[in-house]
Amino acid sequence: MAETGKALHNPLGLLAELTHRCPLGCPYCSNPLALDPRQDELDTPTWARVFAEAAGLGVLQVHLSGGEPGARRDLADLVAAARSAGLYSNLITSAVGITADTLRQLADTGLDHVQISIQDNTPESADRIAGYAGAFARKQALAAEVVRLKIPLTVNAVMHRANIDHLGDMVALALWLGASRVEIAHAQYYGWALKNRAALMPTTDQVKRAAAEVETLRTRHRGEIVIDAVVPDYHARLPKPCVGGWGRRSLNVTPAGKVLPCHAAETIPGLEFWSVREHSLADIWANSPAFNAFRGTAWMREPCRSCARRDVDFGGCRCQAFALTGDARATDPVCHLAPEHDKVAALAAEQHDEPYTYRRM
Amino acid sequence: MREAAAIAPDVCPRLPRGVRLVHNEAQGGWVLLAPERVFKADAIAVEVLKRCTGEATFRAIIDDLAQSFAAPRDRILADVTTLLRGLADKKLLEL
Ligand code: SF4
Ligand code: SF4
Repeated sequence: MAETGKALHNPLGLLAELTHRCPLGCPYCSNPLALDPRQDELDTPTWARVFAEAAGLGVLQVHLSGGEPGARRDLADLVAAARSAGLYSNLITSAVGITADTLRQLADTGLDHVQISIQDNTPESADRIAGYAGAFARKQALAAEVVRLKIPLTVNAVMHRANIDHLGDMVALALWLGASRVEIAHAQYYGWALKNRAALMPTTDQVKRAAAEVETLRTRHRGEIVIDAVVPDYHARLPKPCVGGWGRRSLNVTPAGKVLPCHAAETIPGLEFWSVREHSLADIWANSPAFNAFRGTAWMREPCRSCARRDVDFGGCRCQAFALTGDARATDPVCHLAPEHDKVAALAAEQHDEPYTYRRM
Repeated sequence: MREAAAIAPDVCPRLPRGVRLVHNEAQGGWVLLAPERVFKADAIAVEVLKRCTGEATFRAIIDDLAQSFAAPRDRILADVTTLLRGLADKKLLEL
């Protein structure tokens, strides 16, 4: 019998971090500071097995991510493997490293969707943020190719202090590129983004203006483009149900094969992760200590333990709780009921215009 | 809620590329897979979506549904219009 609140759900999504290699250097990158080197990456047959096992567990969608997935020479084989496992495949790319030829191959293999990140609305600023000259032009070129091949396109715009005032122009750019969806994502402070927090943090005024603008744009563009946006954590009163609940909806496989409940889980010390090299995905999902550490509600403390929202937001994000309080079991301090909520407000007010530390191997 | 705008009788609704209706035991039935989103499809939505092949006209779909479910055509028309408009706004359907 499963312990109360620990009932095993079927995961829906698999984030496959195919590689940590990436030509760009985005300071908001949520990859860990210690990146997996190329020689540690899983090979094609192992990924194919992982996709098949994921489908067997109930996973419906695979997000092919990284790093830059285009750095993998076997990308078309991986898309084919996802397809033959019956998974819906989503390519999450910086566009640098995917040629028109590769894309055509991926389309023929059955790729379902492409997500391209853009860093800002002008080439100068976008390339400065990405730390890569010419990235903006290559993103535009690949987006055009995606649309020409009639693959649905999402533009992913990670917002922070340097670009949040250009939100409207970035949505206009997404429309012009032919995207059917734009994701206004706010920098999440893990990995490299945590290192750059004070340089990235938007002001409260900026966040308020951006939220109002999203509402206006949604009304104006109804039926033309879907605008997905959420309030950035540090400016919110209630935490997000991180990854839909720990070990509940999704899993993440690192380039070297470790399976994580969320992409930042390795920042929590003391968790034991299992690898697809030694275990089946089903075994990991059900039995790996890391997945069971915060599954359900039994691990919670007050104020979460007796809170009505505990099955709604699951106490928020464990990685954030650890990063901000030093205790992974604490209530996510983004929550206004958390004893350490004032820390978040203080951090949200901390802005320094220091140069970015670009993400590098 | 505002009333959904009428759909022309001769358009042929279809799921765009990147949107798929699939049956999955582990997830408890029919789901609509879309870019980075998954929607549970209830029995009515499934009946409607199965008919949105890009070949049948909207008029034919409504006729077929009214006949299959022995329901008043007007009501079917109103319900299905709302459903399909809602899906089209979310880019899950092409009209
Ligand atoms: S966020 Fe930027 S640096 Fe990080 S993987 Fe994506 S494109 Fe590369
Ligand atoms: S106290 Fe815990 S469960 Fe309640 S809203 Fe805050 S984070 Fe969520």
